[in-house]
Amino acid sequence: MDFTMNLKRLLIVLVASVALTACAAQKKTGMMTGDVYTGSDTVEYLATGVKDRVFFATNKSTLTTAARDTLRKQAAWMRKQKKVSVTVEGHADERGTREYNLALGERRANAVKDYLMTYGISGSRISVISYGKERPVNSGSTPLAWSQNRRSVTVKVK
Amino acid sequence: MKKLIIFFIFLFISTSNALIEVDITRGNLDPLPIAVSPLHNDPSSQTIKSGDQIIEDVGAEISKIIEVNLKRSGLFNPLKKESFVQKPDIVHIKPRFEDWKLIKAQALVTGKTIISDDKLRTEFRLWDVVAAKEIVALAFSTTPDNWRRVAHIISDKIYERLTGESGYFDTRIIYVSETGPKTQRYKKLAIMDQDGANTKYLTLGNELVLTPRFSPTNQLVTYLSYFRNLPRVYLLDIETGIQEAVGDFPGMTFAPRFSPDGKKIIMSFAKDGNSDIYTMDLDSRVVEKITDHTSIDTSPSYSPDGKYICFNSDRSGLQQIYVMRSDGSNVKRITFGKGLYGTPVWSPRGDLIAFTKVFKGKFYIGVMRADGSGERLLTENFYQEAPSWSPNGRVLIFYRETKTDSEGKGFTAKLWSIDLTGYNERLIETETDGSDPSWSSLLSK
Repeated sequence: MDFTMNLKRLLIVLVASVALTACAAQKKTGMMTGDVYTGSDTVEYLATGVKDRVFFATNKSTLTTAARDTLRKQAAWMRKQKKVSVTVEGHADERGTREYNLALGERRANAVKDYLMTYGISGSRISVISYGKERPVNSGSTPLAWSQNRRSVTVKVK
Repeated sequence: MKKLIIFFIFLFISTSNALIEVDITRGNLDPLPIAVSPLHNDPSSQTIKSGDQIIEDVGAEISKIIEVNLKRSGLFNPLKKESFVQKPDIVHIKPRFEDWKLIKAQALVTGKTIISDDKLRTEFRLWDVVAAKEIVALAFSTTPDNWRRVAHIISDKIYERLTGESGYFDTRIIYVSETGPKTQRYKKLAIMDQDGANTKYLTLGNELVLTPRFSPTNQLVTYLSYFRNLPRVYLLDIETGIQEAVGDFPGMTFAPRFSPDGKKIIMSFAKDGNSDIYTMDLDSRVVEKITDHTSIDTSPSYSPDGKYICFNSDRSGLQQIYVMRSDGSNVKRITFGKGLYGTPVWSPRGDLIAFTKVFKGKFYIGVMRADGSGERLLTENFYQEAPSWSPNGRVLIFYRETKTDSEGKGFTAKLWSIDLTGYNERLIETETDGSDPSWSSLLSK
């Protein structure tokens, strides 16, 4: 009897810890780290392996490690495609006031532009525009949706 | 829209103390019972053509507008016409106050109209039923198509006489009309009378337009437009339709307002990740830089005497409200509470600053004194922002958005108003969804 009970308990503990590990794994690599979106939904590509956008934490314009990695690839792509010019769009989620979000979008777009320039891309090839919270990519009202909207998108100018 | 010329033929407003008065600070706890008799139409009157409408009984229509205005203020309780005993023509000459006391009216509005020689002539009288005397008598002459404004002006006169405050009914609201899905909103500038009538669209919707504001003279409007994909502040003349970009800035300008004398535009200019506040004189075109900080400085608002500016800055780390002198000196932070503060707007009375506050995922519209003390939150919601003051500093209009469901549907944006007392929260009907409302000053000034 005792042996079966212990076995049952052990099984429960084992199943629970596997489930918990899966959960923890999801929090880090699945959708968001903190409130920065880390997923690949909504992401498009400028070229193979070159993501077109980076994501931000609420009220922030600092570039995460993942963001800098994406932008280095964008810079490498722009160094190869010497004739390409881009517009960097800055966006904010709708959980803030409209005018401040316009300014925040501009700050985010410039954070990207500055980083690209440190990798040798001339500023004359990069223009900047802020859309504040006017162009959400996800119309949901959840933290996940908002994290997808806090973004800076690099768009090739035709 | 044609300029309105109203001739005041005679004016009588008694200065002696009336027994009736409305305490504006107590909200709608005790709305004053008021009887608004239909204005009597002279039988010889021509009918009015208003657009494609034919107004048969302008006296009755005017009284309906007055009733709606007074009721929406939350301070008055217009009594039902079915209970009125005296006919409109007789009561205007000599009210039988006993009849009106019987239905518990404390104030009585009577009047008459005549349309002849292409002029609408209106007389109105406000009576104190309790004291049994006339306390306001006014006459107007104007063009017939301005008949709604006559009703709004009469409403303002009633409001002024009984509350001691100036009114806000003869005003317009400019806002952004919104249609379409949340991810691709279609926005146009719209203007309407404060009671929702006479909606007109000022832009076509081909480019994104945001945050419009009236000039103090109400003829010009300033707003942000993404015309040619370049976000810039523009000026629009409502009467001529002529638009021009404000200044020649090498980057995004946004958050524009007029100075109280109408001579300057104040706005933010964003460059290289930094937003500062600038002014431009509309005559000389001289541009002045007002803030000089690496933080985001935006949403500026002048005090009514033009001496101070309150604005939104994140120089302390997060969005807070600051006050500075209009030359940019003496910057002082005034908000220290928990949460974020934005969209500060100085009351036309000079006493208070209204704002949006975000705290623990909720949005609040509130007011505080110009030194930041006395913070009072008036209403809470999932999402709302951008209060704008009525010209008498007693009512705030703002907008709210709703959540979307799991399929991203159900999004709406609507205009709302609330009294300074926190009472009388009210949905403002608009033809489409709406946001970014701004209240004009009194049109008759």
